[in-house]
Amino acid sequence: MIAIGDRAPDFSLPDSGGADVSLEMPAVVVFTCNHCPYALAWHDRLAAAARDYADVHFYAINPNDAQRYPRDSLDAMRERVEREGGWPMPYLRDESQEVARAYGAKTTPDVFVFDAQGVLRYRGAPDPDHRDPSLNASWLREALDSVLAGEEVARPETDPVGCSVKWR
Amino acid sequence: MTVELLWWDGCPSHPETLADLERVLREEGISAEVSRVEIASDEQARREHFPGSPTIRVDGEDIFPPGEGEPYSLTCRVYHLRDGRVSPTPDPEDLREALRSRAA
Repeated sequence: MIAIGDRAPDFSLPDSGGADVSLEMPAVVVFTCNHCPYALAWHDRLAAAARDYADVHFYAINPNDAQRYPRDSLDAMRERVEREGGWPMPYLRDESQEVARAYGAKTTPDVFVFDAQGVLRYRGAPDPDHRDPSLNASWLREALDSVLAGEEVARPETDPVGCSVKWR
Repeated sequence: MTVELLWWDGCPSHPETLADLERVLREEGISAEVSRVEIASDEQARREHFPGSPTIRVDGEDIFPPGEGEPYSLTCRVYHLRDGRVSPTPDPEDLREALRSRAA
């Protein structure tokens, strides 16, 4: 589990198309999934942020136990990305759950922002309310704006809100 | 009229649902206590026909019946608001309509 100021645990994971993807900085790592209504409610806001911050590497990682939750299998991830016409970030499968454990992911979604040196500068929810799309991932965007400007992040931690990660 | 809120601890939506439920019951003048039933295992979920958290039952019937073949398990339930957005809780107006029709 990592804390603000720690370095990003490295990873290389398969995306929904089967290609291995490695972590590059600066980065936003979002633990997410297919079956959770919180992850679904926030998805469009996170995807919009990925499009708007083209110089930042965004990664969506699904760590859930797909045996108990088949909607989170690699096949289901691939089908979703295809159905939605592609995503602006790779959708990665953490089958062993080792990456989620290394990061200390608690919920889907759970957002981690790293600066160019790979240091954790924000961790928590995308914004204060999953019910309000107009919030537009404001906490994530505030953190990214500060990181990219070389400034301190004013609100480095918020409570992640969502479905618990489905551990084996 | 018996009202039950079935919930699972892995999903943080039940306090909001309980608040919506109690508010709508109050506003509609329906006199009913809400019984809270915690579902804690997949075995219990199957036995209780629990498609996910939160689930609301009136007189033993799910007021938002799940789709055909929906598994019974420890999961968060996906609802849709009236504008089509995905939500972890039912649209309060759908809740009002369902409770009103059962109280009539």
